[in-house]
This record gives sequence, structure tokens and C-alpha cells, in this order.
Amino acid sequence: MSTEGHHGAHAAPTGFIRKYIFSKDHKVIGIQYIALAITAVFVGMFLSLLMRLHLAWPTLELPFYGLMTPEQYLALMTMHGTIMVFFVLTTAPQSGFGNYFLPIQIGAADMAFPTLNMLSFWFTFVSFVVMLAAFFVSGGAPISGWTAYVPLSALGEVAGPGLGWGQSLWIVSLAIFSGASLMGALNFITTTLDLRTRGMSLMRMPLSCWAWFITAILALLGFAVLLAAGILLLLDRHAGTSFFIPGGLLVSDRVIDHKGGSPLLWQHLFWFFGHPEVYIAILPGMGIVSHVLSTFARKAIFGYRAMVYAMGAIALLGLGVWGHHMFQSGMSPYSAIAFSLLTMSIGVPSAIKTFNWIGTLWGARIRFSTAMLYALGFVSIFVTGGLSGLFLAQPSVDIPLHDTYFVVAHFHLIMGVAAIFGMFAGTYFWFPKMFGRYLNEGIGKVHFWLTFIGVYAIFMPMHYIGLSGHMRRLPDLSAYTSLADLQPVHLFMSVAAFITIGAQLLFLFNLVWSLLRGKKAVSLNPWEATTLEWTIPSPPPHDNFAGLEPVVHRGPYEFAVPGADNDYTPQHLPEVRAAPAHGDD
Amino acid sequence: MDNKHSNPGSGLAAWGFLIVLVVLTFSTIYFFWARTWWFPESITELGRRVDAQFVRTLWVTGLVFFLSQLALAYTILRYTSAQPGRAVFSHGNTTMEIVWTALTAVMFVGLGIAAEAAWSDYHALGPAPAHSNPQIVEVTGKQFKWYFRYPGPDGVFGRTKLELVRDDLGNYQGVDFDDPAAKDDVLTAELAVVVNQPVQVTLRTLDVTHSFFVRELRFKQDTVPGLPITMNFTPEKTGVYEIACAELCGLGHHQMRADLKVLTPAEFEQWMREQAVYMAPLTGVEPPATETPESQPQP
Repeated sequence: MSTEGHHGAHAAPTGFIRKYIFSKDHKVIGIQYIALAITAVFVGMFLSLLMRLHLAWPTLELPFYGLMTPEQYLALMTMHGTIMVFFVLTTAPQSGFGNYFLPIQIGAADMAFPTLNMLSFWFTFVSFVVMLAAFFVSGGAPISGWTAYVPLSALGEVAGPGLGWGQSLWIVSLAIFSGASLMGALNFITTTLDLRTRGMSLMRMPLSCWAWFITAILALLGFAVLLAAGILLLLDRHAGTSFFIPGGLLVSDRVIDHKGGSPLLWQHLFWFFGHPEVYIAILPGMGIVSHVLSTFARKAIFGYRAMVYAMGAIALLGLGVWGHHMFQSGMSPYSAIAFSLLTMSIGVPSAIKTFNWIGTLWGARIRFSTAMLYALGFVSIFVTGGLSGLFLAQPSVDIPLHDTYFVVAHFHLIMGVAAIFGMFAGTYFWFPKMFGRYLNEGIGKVHFWLTFIGVYAIFMPMHYIGLSGHMRRLPDLSAYTSLADLQPVHLFMSVAAFITIGAQLLFLFNLVWSLLRGKKAVSLNPWEATTLEWTIPSPPPHDNFAGLEPVVHRGPYEFAVPGADNDYTPQHLPEVRAAPAHGDD
Repeated sequence: MDNKHSNPGSGLAAWGFLIVLVVLTFSTIYFFWARTWWFPESITELGRRVDAQFVRTLWVTGLVFFLSQLALAYTILRYTSAQPGRAVFSHGNTTMEIVWTALTAVMFVGLGIAAEAAWSDYHALGPAPAHSNPQIVEVTGKQFKWYFRYPGPDGVFGRTKLELVRDDLGNYQGVDFDDPAAKDDVLTAELAVVVNQPVQVTLRTLDVTHSFFVRELRFKQDTVPGLPITMNFTPEKTGVYEIACAELCGLGHHQMRADLKVLTPAEFEQWMREQAVYMAPLTGVEPPATETPESQPQP
């Protein structure tokens, strides 16, 4: 066994600032990302709370807020979407858990580029501050939605409130965020390819590592395009260019002095990023859930290779389907057909994942930890949220459904809730490794059941009101007599949302309480798991493996191996049935 | 294992999943089956075909939904750690992988191919359909109203100029009435069409992206700045329907609504005569004396 230090290893810092603030340790950076995501998710959830209050009781006057104006509603909606998609769904599952556990699971001492890693977090942090600043500038936060369709987002204050400084800050923030994500993606790809320990072949990596690796490739391709699109939009707004603004526009009685741009160009660039972004949010969840599911099922993943190929196929197809967001946009109806068939094809690897998860449970001995509850809940939500995509993927069926609540239901379940269930599974699972204490399982289970039932109660009815023709992004229904009957459904969804949001306070309490007072994790491997993170102390030391290079002898999910002493056979244990003198391959 | 509290209550958790997933599947099936909430009745042939494709998709996804959720609930209940012995040692089954991959591929892609016929007709992609004598209308979106223009007896729209847009005069599209072709153009704030006659709409916007959406027509098309889009529909039932804007267009987006009136030929003639009253200040042509209209909303 080699005792030389890893590439990328560095001495433990001593000062507080180097240790906890500008740290280059992937574990500290992972926790920083998770802390940022938790802050962001509570901000985003608070914004949705205000929206749901308004939708349930449109004439309600809130203390310190008064009656909500349409532009305030649209600003809340834009910021809710942006904060959730970027600062929660993109940061925690990939940069948070991935940063912490990718190096450990592949047996490395750190990420390949620790300084780049630190920079990518602090860029993300600055980006978040810039995004929040949009609330406080003149005109307030932008009202153009998280998709920022041009020319609404390109014309400035003349097109509406929040479209001046607020919109500019929004774009600057996302450009910084894109830069941070590119740095992170490079780091993840290099780390996975170069820093795997002896015996850790690609096909022995835990599925979580595969998910982070594939997600990083998507992020590299997607965020590069978002960065370019953002810069072009900024130039249109402030440098007089016309990439996205065509000639002949009259806005608020002013003739707009631009010509030659194309509004559809923005949509193509945005969705070329935006659709892979959905997979950037959900793939890490898939990986974490596969990992947790196998561990608590006490059974190997059903079809490990199929799971890897399915994630690869989802990512590859996912790069070629952005046009399904644009069926009714004025794009050529011929290309809609190609985008549609490619999108329907994504249902195939998604179904493979689902069947393999159920196959993993078949013949299992399920242990119902809170982490496992969330993993099981993820499978259910993934099925529900995924299937509604098959309607929207067909351009003709999309005609009545596009831009209605049916879409809102679909993407919240598949991209938002499923990804968040993946994060919760990861949190309850890895918390004892990260902090040396358990999260309280009793509170965790109450949290799970309230959340699981709550999210279905919030988002299932959205399908139905979408069918009825309820457009999304409406601060007020009074103009449409056809929507008046749907008001009670809004009330129902709002009440469900209040309960679900309340349940998240339980989670926050559990987090804080368990950090300080939680039951100590004495064993290195409390869940009787098989992968490398369970071979080192909790919390792990600065260089993870104390300068030793772990050696891996088998695949990641060897449970219930016949003839083995335990029902789990960790990756690092030397082969017992092979010649003992040549433990490594 | 120093964490023993993962097992007590495992039976409860398994039953919890069973109950939640059964309630979820059966309530979902009930609401779709009973059509508690559903599309408003379609008033176009194309809309009925879209609905039929929706229902086909509902059958396929409904089946997968029902089987997957209940299979999940069953395995959770059946294979708890209360079962004796260890889990089955298995890394999968290639035959099953191939079977379900092929099955879902055929189902999902087949569904996608089945959907294309309606799409092709919606955009008139096939051989030119016999749209005999369509009613021609221009639709213009402008924050936060819809405006309509009929070409008049000459069948030709007059030219427009941005500088001529005068909301106070009712010239919302900036029609240049010096153009001979514009003299008989009719500008309106509601869309009236004749039942069972094909309508050819050209969708425009003066400012940002809007989306022309009529639920009963199963018609939704973004209006793209700088890119007029021409499409057809044929309404088959008289009545008044709501035209909505389905694309976020600014702070008044939720108010961007107009009426679609599907009229008999006689009603349409009458409606068109009434419009002349509102055109008089713009064209300088005195309207023929008729009774004062009651239902015309002021633009």
C-alpha cells in the first residue's frame, strides 16, 4: 500500500480565517455551499409563502407589506424561481454534497484544484449577494420571470418596474454564478478522472460519484452558454447592441432604437442551458438516492451498469431537447418534431432508473431510517413528476398545456421536490459522518411524512387547474371569468403549502439541535454501508485518509454476499476468496 | 451498529407508504376519470384531436403511474427488515433490463409519433389544406391589450407606421390611412369570426412577446417581436370565449384579455356594420345610419 500523499493534498491550515472562511478544504467548502443553499432555500420559501398568501386571499393586507401589487407578485415569483433554481438546486446537491463526498468516496485527499474550489464558492457567494441586492435598488427586483424572456428583459425600465437596475443585477449575478459553476465543473471532472485511488475503476465508483461527474460535464456545457447569453443581454441593455431586440418596436409610446436582433435567439441560448439545468438539479439526487437506497435495502443496486448508462443517456439526450420549451414560441414547427421525439426518448432512461430502483427493493431487507424514507419518497415523486413530462413533450398536447399550471406542477415535482428529497436523503444519511452526531430520527420522520404528503397536496391540484386552462404567472385572476371557479383550489394549495413550510422549520430545528446536542456517532460506519467515506473518522480529518491511500477491491454495493461474515462487504476490505497475498488488482 | 432506532416503527413506515401511495394513485385516477377538472369543450376539430391524443397519453402514463407507485408500495411493505435472513444477492437481470427498455421505448416514442399528425395540421405543414375563403384577421399584442384588424372588402391590409400609433384616437396599430388599401381596414378591440368559416390570423406584437391563447380553440401561439406568424383555425360553435395572454409580458399581463365572438353570418354582418361607427374618426368616412350598438366595449 502506498503511503505517499495525494496530488492535491495540502497541510492543514491553523488560523480561523484560512480554516473556516477562505478554506481550500473540500469538506469546509462543501459545508459552506450547503449553508448557502439552506439560507437561500429559506429565502426562496419565504417568497413562495408571500405568493401563496396572496393567491389564497387576493385582497389580504399583510402587516408591514400592505396589499400586494401585481409587480410585487411578479418580482417575488422571479426571485423565487431564480433563487431556488440556482442557489438551492444547483449548489447543494452538486457543489455541496459533491464537494464533500466525491473526493472521499473515490479515495482522494481533496479536490484536484483546491484554490479554484475556494474561488468557485466565493464567486457563488458574491453572486447570491448581488442577486439579493436586486430587491433593494430603485424599481425593485425584476418581473420578467426566471427565464427573463427578451425583449421584456432587454429594454430596461421602459418595459416595466424592476426591469432597470433590478434586471441588470439579476444578469450580473447569474454571469458570476456561471463563472463559479464553470470552475466547479472543471474541478469535479478533473478530480473524478485523475484522483481515484488504487482499484477505484470508473465502474466501481458509487453511483453518487457518477452522478456528480456527469452533472459536472453538463454544467460545463450549459453554464458556458448561459454566461455568453447573459453577457450579450447586458450589452443589449447597456452598450446599444441588438442581439435580441428586433427593429420596429414601440414600448410605452416610445419607438425603440434597436434593430436586427432576434427574441428567439435568447430563448435558444437560455434553454440550451436551461434544459440541461434541470438535469444538473436532479442527477445528483438520483445518485444520492441510489446510494442511500442500496444501503438501507441491504441489497446491491439492481443493474449498476444500466444505472450508469441511463444517467449518461439522460445527460446526452438532455443536451438536445431544449426546443421542447419553445413549441409555441414561433420556432419552426418542423424542428419541434425532432425536439419532441428526442424528449420522449428521455422517458426511456428515466423509466430504466425507476424500474431499477424498484428492482433494488425487490427481495431487500429495508431499514426505515429517515434517509431511506426520503429516498423512497424520491422514487415516488420522480415517477409522478416525470410522467407529466410525457404530455408536455408532445407539441400538439403542449398547445393547451404550455404556460399553464400543468407545467408548474411538472417542473416543481421533478426538478424542485425530487431534487430536494435527494438532498434530504443525503443530509440524514451523511450528517453523522460530517458532524459526528446524528440528526434526530424522530423529528426527521415527522418532517418526512409532513413534507411527503404536503408536497403532493400542493402540486397535484396544479395539474388539474392547468388542464382547466389556468395560465401561470398571474398575480390576479379577476380579469378571467373562466378562472373564478378555481379560486378554492388555490386556497387548498396554499394551506398545504403553509403546513409544508411549517414542517421545514422542524428540519431547521433538528439541524441546529442535533449539531449541538445530537446523539454522538460512535461507530465509523453507523449505517453498515460499503463505501470509503465510512472507513474514516466522523468528522473526517483534514486530509481524509491520514495520508494513506485506500485500496479498493470491489464494486460499491456488495450487500448480502453469500458466505460473507456480514450482510455488507465494504469496498476497502481485501478479497477473502482470492489469493490474500495479492489483495489489489 | 450503534444506531438502533432505524428499525422500530418500520412496519408503520411501510404502511404509511402504502396508504399515501394508494390514496395518491386512486385519487389521481378518480379526478382524471371523473373529469372533475378538465379542458373546456373544444370548438374545433383540431382541438378534439389534441384532446384525443391527451387521453391516449393519459392511458399510457396512467398505467405506468399506477403500476410503478403500487409496485413501490408493495415492495416496501413486502421486503422490510422484519423478514428473516439477508436480502437476495443479485446485481440485476439483463433480460429484464432489455425488456423494459424496449417496452418503454416503443410506448413513449410511439406516443410521440402519434402526436405529430395533429401538430402537422395545426401548422398546416402537409399539402395545403382547402381553406376556402378564409376570414383574414390581424392580431396585435401590445402591453396589455389585444387589438384586431380586418382588411375590409379589398382583402388587403393598409401599411402601418409606428409614428402613427395614437392610442387616444384608437389607432393602436398605427395604420396609415393615407394608404388606399387602409381606407377600408377595420380596427377592433374584440375578435369576431363566423362560425364554421376558416379564420386566418396573422399574429403580431408591437412591443414584447405575448401569447395568443384561446382555450376552447386549443390554440396557443406566442406573438414574437419582429416576426409575424400566420395560422388558421375553424371554430364550430357560436359563443363568446376568452382570449388570454399566456406569456408573461409585464406588470399588466394578468389583465391582457379580449373576447372572441363566434357569430352566425348574419350576426357577423351586423357586428361589422357597428364597427364603422368607431372607424369614422380615423377614416373620415361617415358610418351608414344604424341603430346604436349596445355590446361594443370601448377599446
